[in-house]
Amino acid sequence: MEAPDTHFFSIRFILLGTLLQLTSLATAQALDLSDWQSLERQARGETVYFNAWGGEPRTNNYLNWVSELMLERYDISVQHVKVSDTAEAVSKVVAQRQAGNDDNGSIDLLWINGENFAALKENDLLYGPWAESLPNFKLVNADRFPEMREDFTVPTQGFESPWTRSQLVFYYDTQWLAEPPQDIRQILEWSIASPGEFTYPRPPAFLGSTFLKQALIELSDRDPALYAPVTSAEFERLGHLLWEYLDALHPSLLRSGRYFPASAIDLRRLMGDGEISLAFAFNPNEALLSVRSGELPPSVRSYVLRNGTISNVNFLAIPYNAKQKAGAMVTANFLLSIEAQARASDPDHMGSTPAISISDLDSEARRAFDTISRDLAAPSVEDLDRKLQEPHPSWMPALEKAWIQRYSAK
Amino acid sequence: MLRWASHSLLILLTVPILLGTLIAILPAFGYFPTLGSTEFSLDAWRELIQIPGITRSIQISLLSGVLTPLIALALVFLYLASASGSKLDNWIRRLVSPLLSFPHAAAAFGLAFLIAPSGLLSRLISPGLSGWERPPDLLIVNDTWGLTLLFGLIVKEVPFLLLMSLAALPQLQPSKHVELARSLGYRPTIAWLKVIAPSLYPLIRLPVIAVIVFASATVDVALILGPTLPPTLSVRVLAWFNDADLNLRFLAAAGAILQLGTSLLAITIWLCLEKLSAILWRFWVATGDRGTGERLVFSLGRGAMPIVLLVVSGSLAALLVNAFAGPWRYPSALPASWTLLHWTSDFQNLLTPLLNTLLISVGSTFLALVLVIATLESERQSGKLRSTATWLLYLPLLVPQIVFLFGLIVLTESMQWQGTMSLVIFGHFLFVLPYVFLSLSEAYRQLDPRWSQVASTLGASPLKSFWRIRIPLLLAPCLTAIAIGMAISISLFLPTQLLGAGRITTITSEAVALSSGASRNLIAVWAVVQLSLPMLGFLAALTVPRLIWRNRTGMREIR
Repeated sequence: MEAPDTHFFSIRFILLGTLLQLTSLATAQALDLSDWQSLERQARGETVYFNAWGGEPRTNNYLNWVSELMLERYDISVQHVKVSDTAEAVSKVVAQRQAGNDDNGSIDLLWINGENFAALKENDLLYGPWAESLPNFKLVNADRFPEMREDFTVPTQGFESPWTRSQLVFYYDTQWLAEPPQDIRQILEWSIASPGEFTYPRPPAFLGSTFLKQALIELSDRDPALYAPVTSAEFERLGHLLWEYLDALHPSLLRSGRYFPASAIDLRRLMGDGEISLAFAFNPNEALLSVRSGELPPSVRSYVLRNGTISNVNFLAIPYNAKQKAGAMVTANFLLSIEAQARASDPDHMGSTPAISISDLDSEARRAFDTISRDLAAPSVEDLDRKLQEPHPSWMPALEKAWIQRYSAK
Repeated sequence: MLRWASHSLLILLTVPILLGTLIAILPAFGYFPTLGSTEFSLDAWRELIQIPGITRSIQISLLSGVLTPLIALALVFLYLASASGSKLDNWIRRLVSPLLSFPHAAAAFGLAFLIAPSGLLSRLISPGLSGWERPPDLLIVNDTWGLTLLFGLIVKEVPFLLLMSLAALPQLQPSKHVELARSLGYRPTIAWLKVIAPSLYPLIRLPVIAVIVFASATVDVALILGPTLPPTLSVRVLAWFNDADLNLRFLAAAGAILQLGTSLLAITIWLCLEKLSAILWRFWVATGDRGTGERLVFSLGRGAMPIVLLVVSGSLAALLVNAFAGPWRYPSALPASWTLLHWTSDFQNLLTPLLNTLLISVGSTFLALVLVIATLESERQSGKLRSTATWLLYLPLLVPQIVFLFGLIVLTESMQWQGTMSLVIFGHFLFVLPYVFLSLSEAYRQLDPRWSQVASTLGASPLKSFWRIRIPLLLAPCLTAIAIGMAISISLFLPTQLLGAGRITTITSEAVALSSGASRNLIAVWAVVQLSLPMLGFLAALTVPRLIWRNRTGMREIR
């Protein structure tokens, strides 16, 4: 809440700002990434503004836990700034650069990937490289999992640290659907045969745009052009496949395609109400978590399409003008620790997929991660091995724009 | 001494609204210094007309702008014609104020939870009556032509127009005129429609036009109930305004001016309808018909109002059930279990918006109350009654919110004054002021002047007689005005959203923001909090005078 006496407030704020600016300049010069212990010492007393999408209560509660531990152990106050669309945070950094605010930025740590990362990196708006200097980075075993160094085909080059993994996973209600369709073409056939049983969130809702990319990858048979910056010729050639597919699909969707759910949570609600029998999520454990919370019926099962589904890594980045870079790095390192990753993957808490390589852990540490695979509503481990790479980040905004142009005024 | 009050009241009402509207025009034509653009151009308009579905967006805004007042007014007139003086009427009159305090957003959520394919109503009749094992695949909420939006607006505006009519009716002495007409052989309902309706309408014309503007430009109700492919014009303007890409501000400005034009067009259509119905009415009166259609009017008038009441109570029930529902599979009529989990899990997130809501509503209402009392007191002392033009009071309701708020933002941003609490309180004050004035002025003007004269005779100064005589005597009306002012502030969405730059959140702004990205249970929790705040205010306004004057029977009755 703003102090009513803004005048007094602003003077105090300016003084405080100047002080902080001086100290941050001092630390910026002194940040020695090879000496982690002194970095941790420097980070003491810092306040880290962690801008992260705030649309999922489970993630928010997890970040509350992180804040408590960070304060207790490292004397760092982590403030979760709930963002509804990461693009907002990106434009905030851009605006700060335009205003000449080069060392007093309002964002210290940012949950990011894909087009937003590409935009910031391209414009030199990120601090780094720092990620591979984190002591816990070795836990992700990036040599075995190259996706830890690649964000939607763009090399991360140490400008982002992995946090969790996402993969598009489909789930269906066995009460209404015995044998779910196994690829994107089968979804069309099945949907036409049993209309009103399927829908997808309206792009540019993140999950809806991901469905468009999944369809395009399968329809084009993983055309290599998808993994390079989009050109109008390629967009024309491949987009054509997608529009033909969607034109055929839409009349058979829920409400005959005249209405699309607004978000991932909206889609889950439709499933919970029994309005549809097939849905999908970007968290492989979505169905499991929602069955436990009672939002979905116990008859729900998860699976991955037979040609694989889009998977990506959620990363953390530090804007170039972040005020508290040391604190941000200590936080990112903690989020990669076995303890934080185990809590993040615990279905009783955040329930996401860890970024660190579980099979490289010793058997005792591994036990903390065992809880999920045995649950009926979760996808099998073999299923999750069928991964598809994200297309180049430039495809997403192009697809979203074209979708809105074609379908938003039917 | 108090003359400043009525002057500043006029200035505060007119200047921000007219200035805001004028300033909103500039960026629509390319002039936006904060974004580094100082040259005029028509680019934004060229872009605007190429937006897919823009015509449909305008059509829907027009449709709800004209049909909402038409149907709501028809229902109110039919009701007044058929039910005046009946037992039902006593009931409804008592319920009108609480109905009015039901915030728009909460009412819209409740309606959605009631009539959606998987809503309470569908569950109550399934599978027994309907045979539905699963929700029917019907496009009800967010339908393409905004019919659910229209329905929600009508349900909300009927109590408003009814209250305005009830306030205006006594000066027309309806029972005398109806009796006279009846002695000439007219059936009572026909008499009411032929004699009272034509003289009542001019008295409530301004509120009706306010309804047109609200219905054609509402954002929060349209976000919840309105179409999505494409949404109404006002919803699109807000989306462009909030977009991370600041260049869309030009498009948003052009859209806001288009919204102003759309609302004006809706008013123009309404004025034509006025002319047409005047002719038809005159023709109908001239026929001298005394009873035809009586039964139809009677059943429509008596039937419609209970239906509106039922819909509102059903919406309330749907909200309450969802706020405490455990797992709730379709088609069970009620949840399998009840839980407080939705409340406890979100309690922390509720706190800041709740405190902001209280601060903003108390602040804006207090400012408005001081100014209104000062104005009324100066009016009384100078002996010039009704010096304030009533239509000016309606100004904040006659210009679409999104238009002049947009201009105010452009202005405050260029002065680096955006997103502060004081700005939000000021924005709310503009909307609270008219209601506080309208609800307090009658009681203030009608207070017997002899009380003050007696006080002066006994040697009390004007100041002393103000504090010791008039304020205590007017305690109940003042508290009612405070409750109304706070209820208005609590229900406001757009002023908080725009002037607070998204950084200052209230219960209402958060609840509306949840509409697309939260579970029904969570939304219900926020909506229940939202609607219970004004209820608590009205409860306090009723009970406080009784407590203070518990040993002064006569004081409790003064209203």
